[in-house]
Amino acid sequence: MAILINRNTRVMTQGITGKTGQFHTRMCRDYADGKNCFVAGVNPKKAGEDLEGIPVYATVREAKQATGATVSVIYVPPPFAAAAIDEAVDAELDLVVCITEGIPVRDMLRTCHKMRERKTRLIGPNCPGIITPDEIKIGIMPGYIHKKGRIGVVSRSGTLTYEAVAQLMEQGLGQSTCIGIGGDPVNGLKHLDVMKLFNDDDETDAVLMVGEIGGSDEEDCARWVRDNMKKPVVGFIAGVTAPPGRRMGHAGAVISGGKGTAQEKLAVMEACGIKTTHNPAEMGKLLKSVLLKPG
Amino acid sequence: MKIHEYQAKKILREFGVTTPQGIACFSVEEAMDAAGKLGGGVWVVKAQIHAGGRGKGGGVKVAKSLDEVKQFAGKILGMTLITHQTGSQGQVVRRLLIEQGAEIRQEFYVGLVVDRGSRRVCLMASSEGGMDIEEVAARTPEKIHKIFIDPITGLSAYDADDIVRKAGFPESVAEEARTVLQGLYRTFDSTDASLVEINPLILTADDHVVALDAKMNFDDNALFRHPEIAALRDLDEEDPAEIEASQYDLSYISLDGNIGCLVNGAGLAMATMDIIKLYGGNPANFLDVGGGATTEKVTEAFKLMLRNPKLQAILVNIFGGIMKCDVIAEGVVAAAREVKLSVPLVVRLEGTNVDLGKRILAESGLPIISAGNMADAAQKAVKAAGPAKASTTEGGI
Repeated sequence: MAILINRNTRVMTQGITGKTGQFHTRMCRDYADGKNCFVAGVNPKKAGEDLEGIPVYATVREAKQATGATVSVIYVPPPFAAAAIDEAVDAELDLVVCITEGIPVRDMLRTCHKMRERKTRLIGPNCPGIITPDEIKIGIMPGYIHKKGRIGVVSRSGTLTYEAVAQLMEQGLGQSTCIGIGGDPVNGLKHLDVMKLFNDDDETDAVLMVGEIGGSDEEDCARWVRDNMKKPVVGFIAGVTAPPGRRMGHAGAVISGGKGTAQEKLAVMEACGIKTTHNPAEMGKLLKSVLLKPG
Repeated sequence: MKIHEYQAKKILREFGVTTPQGIACFSVEEAMDAAGKLGGGVWVVKAQIHAGGRGKGGGVKVAKSLDEVKQFAGKILGMTLITHQTGSQGQVVRRLLIEQGAEIRQEFYVGLVVDRGSRRVCLMASSEGGMDIEEVAARTPEKIHKIFIDPITGLSAYDADDIVRKAGFPESVAEEARTVLQGLYRTFDSTDASLVEINPLILTADDHVVALDAKMNFDDNALFRHPEIAALRDLDEEDPAEIEASQYDLSYISLDGNIGCLVNGAGLAMATMDIIKLYGGNPANFLDVGGGATTEKVTEAFKLMLRNPKLQAILVNIFGGIMKCDVIAEGVVAAAREVKLSVPLVVRLEGTNVDLGKRILAESGLPIISAGNMADAAQKAVKAAGPAKASTTEGGI
């Protein structure tokens, strides 16, 4: 049944009345079963109004009570986005997908602290979102490039994930679920958390993980894969040519103190039995090659 | 965002951290005046640039007379300081900090960063002050003591005392050291810093704990709530191309190669640089035009890349999602016409409205080399660029 979301998931949009929130809520509603999935919006000042039939509520709690939505997607501007996550956590939603880019790190430190021992899972911030193809998409990725299948995809970026998906499609491989966990240094689900979910998912046969410079999430995930993973995993890390000390677009993509290099990550992944490629044009082929392996 | 040492020290003093008395100067005359005002018999003349390793590069001198202050200030101001952090081109010194000399009994290291794994601020302290902390971490990691700070309670007296003891501060200054560490954490938290580094934090001959050096970086995403810190930005320390790019909301970083890259999305932009290298070429820049690239943005991006004298080819790699390929193609055509393209242009489009995009490029009459996928694009760009030209700018040492 894929991971985290499917056609039975009910979603509310926090920030539904803004330009971005409106645009993407429409796109998500128009994708696959989206019409049934996107059931509410939240804006404290516009309660009682609606976006083309999607009712707007004053709070997350009210939206949840009225519609049964258990997932939210956030397009709220950066200064207020962490508070929007806090509100969703307090309302005990199952999952929050925060698309917003540019949230101060200090806000995320506090929000992540509040989330400890709470049931809510967070994807992002600064991410494209999550899609279970041909059922539901929550986020800003182009839906039509995906197709239902049995490959899981987890990545820190947006367009590089679309590239990976397109390469899978060229190999005739559809996806169970694709998740962009986001490019910020302090975020919700990490590669490791998503990998565990894919490992337990009956509808996922293999996983493509796409990482980038900065931090050590990919290494942590690789070590867990070595000891626990029942399915083949392949990977690519962007930023072999990135100079140290510079932030490469994403706030979290920086080599600091000689740590977090692509070379180091690739070496650890290889040592943990994850097949990797240095060629971003060969992610799809690499995944296909591990499926063909006998046994 | 980075700031200068003298600016960081001013912020630290506001949070109760002691620093030597000092005055920032922009000329030799100001340096002489400052030394006179500060008094005493020993001054330190410190180059103010945003890179570390200033001492080893000759940018920090101890003066034992006003004559020496004059001599050192004259020598350091205007010099091109080359350190392991400036790159081979170095950085011109435009500002000085004149400080009273301090008598050092013992040197410590204290640093604060965001630890991504624990999602907390990590305070590191070590008895190995004055050394390159990365070296200490590699050789004697047991000499670095860490604490991961609860964002709600802050750095408690108990935790501060514990790390003060472990780092080896003498009992006589334990209380003062605790106050300093708590002050450093409050500075970090209150200013939305991404790095606070005091190397060295010293114990003076008269038993005080003093921040002899200070380095602070800030979270760019939080500058909107700290206008007083944003005002400290020193554009002289930044790459003019990167400053210009930021005005158009382009994420741009200059690199050493000869193939310009224009890409949408940071991850794909890095991957594009990587694949150029993989096929034997060298990227001239990182450039993410973002999700909402307009014709104007694409034009500005082309202008930026073309200003680089080393540039020998441009590779455009776009995966159209919400941003449609036809819009990008129109932007590329308009930009190429406006800037009078002087180098080969390779374009790879994929995603939404890709066929329409390709047709716009083909019908433009421009000599655009079209590529089918990333590998094809990289190979074509490397071939089109040819071997790198001999460098026309003077090289480093």
